[in-house]
Amino acid sequence: MSRYSAFSLLRGALNGQKHWQPAWRDPEPKSHYDILIIGGGGHGLATAYYLAKVHGLKNIAVLEKGWIGGGNTGRNTTIVRSNYRLEPLHNLFEFGLKLWHGLSDELNYNVMFSPRGAMFLGHSDADMVKLAERGDAMRCDGIDADLLTRDQVAKLEPLLDMSRDARFPIQGGLIQRRGGTARHDAVAWGYARGADSLSVDIIQKCEVTGYVRDGDAVVGVETTRGRIGAGRVGICVAGNSGHVAGLAGLKLPIESQTLQAMVTEGVKPMINSVIMSQSLHCYISQSDKGGVVFGGDPDNWPSYAQRGNPMVMEGAVAQGLALVPALSRLRMVRTWSGVTDMSFDGAPIIGETPVRNLFLNGGWCYGGFKATPASGYTYAHTLATGKPHALNAPFSLDRFERGATIDETGSGPMPNSR
Amino acid sequence: MMRIPCPHCGPRTQSEFIYERTLDSVVPLNAPTEEAMAKLFTRNNPRGVDDEIWRHTYGCRAWMVLTRHRVTNEISGCRAIGPEALS
Repeated sequence: MSRYSAFSLLRGALNGQKHWQPAWRDPEPKSHYDILIIGGGGHGLATAYYLAKVHGLKNIAVLEKGWIGGGNTGRNTTIVRSNYRLEPLHNLFEFGLKLWHGLSDELNYNVMFSPRGAMFLGHSDADMVKLAERGDAMRCDGIDADLLTRDQVAKLEPLLDMSRDARFPIQGGLIQRRGGTARHDAVAWGYARGADSLSVDIIQKCEVTGYVRDGDAVVGVETTRGRIGAGRVGICVAGNSGHVAGLAGLKLPIESQTLQAMVTEGVKPMINSVIMSQSLHCYISQSDKGGVVFGGDPDNWPSYAQRGNPMVMEGAVAQGLALVPALSRLRMVRTWSGVTDMSFDGAPIIGETPVRNLFLNGGWCYGGFKATPASGYTYAHTLATGKPHALNAPFSLDRFERGATIDETGSGPMPNSR
Repeated sequence: MMRIPCPHCGPRTQSEFIYERTLDSVVPLNAPTEEAMAKLFTRNNPRGVDDEIWRHTYGCRAWMVLTRHRVTNEISGCRAIGPEALS
């Protein structure tokens, strides 16, 4: 695999850019792999990459039912941050954030990570108390968090409606300056190229239709491209975890729901950071192309349809316009939706399942993209050693029956009450 | 957006309804611990048809069971539950 560099680009300029090659191979599936990963999204590809890179394993394949970057990796709002209050969550996401900061170099692929700051807005005294509490919890574990006054927020984002009679008055904020956004497709492509160059087989248009069992263990999978044997199988299909685990007879603490996002036409820079309001459920950032990206609530009812409900879209836009009135002049050009695994405590699941040799990575709710490197790294450790990494040990599947849920929002076992 | 055939009010827009939970996840009061845990914390979550409890919150406010396909959103049935269903 040739390295991308300014020099190779320059050399290509002299001979008509004829040196470009496909970024990864298109191999036929072999009859057996040591580790088989179901799902070629960012998480699955990152897992394969770290299995090869960190654990030195060679005989690995990633199975993707569609194409690379065609699922939730290309259907999010590209926000990267680690500002969670609960320790297991912020430790996992912070580990990921540190990987994000060196990811373009690591992969020799520009993932366009832009640490422009991720800011939560506070709209009331109660909000500010909660934000201060969250910031304190983060700083206790060495994660950056700064509580902002009203004036500091206004200075950072001059287009916010800071008037006292605003629909959602702003009293201050909490910023994580190392957070930001990244180019979502590039993350999948970068990991795919990296994994492929370490001899991982990436097999697209290959849907898993069942498991090959030997007693209580899984020893392979049935696919639309035939039977493939495997030492260990890792499910990594967030959005469709319920379906794919269901093929092995498992019932998960997950309900699939639609999550929507949308983008406006491109304009000159107007939003400097990532503006988020968790009291409202509104996320606003500006892409490098200039489009203003909005995200909102999940649709709050179970669905595998990759299309959303206009009612929810309207809610997110109404909140965005109330916060940044200048956005009202922009035209919305695209909306999209992804199927998300809503787990019952709002936290992901990474670990073993009751079926031997079958592992699960899913339940990412609306927070999967930012975790891509951390999820891949810890899942690779789990798949390679059969034991959880210290960072994903709290996120085991059996935490619900043990009463050890990681319930950041305190919403209990009802994903639609979040 | 779906049009839901409320058994009491007829077809109405989805924005009047709120989803509650799947029919098989209602925990009976006398359920043993294992069954209660399973019903509370796990779901079939099929990429196909399931029975769901919805409420016509901004209409008759009654609960109902909606049989719906989760990819196509096709509604194959909607029946009343609660005291109204018994009378």
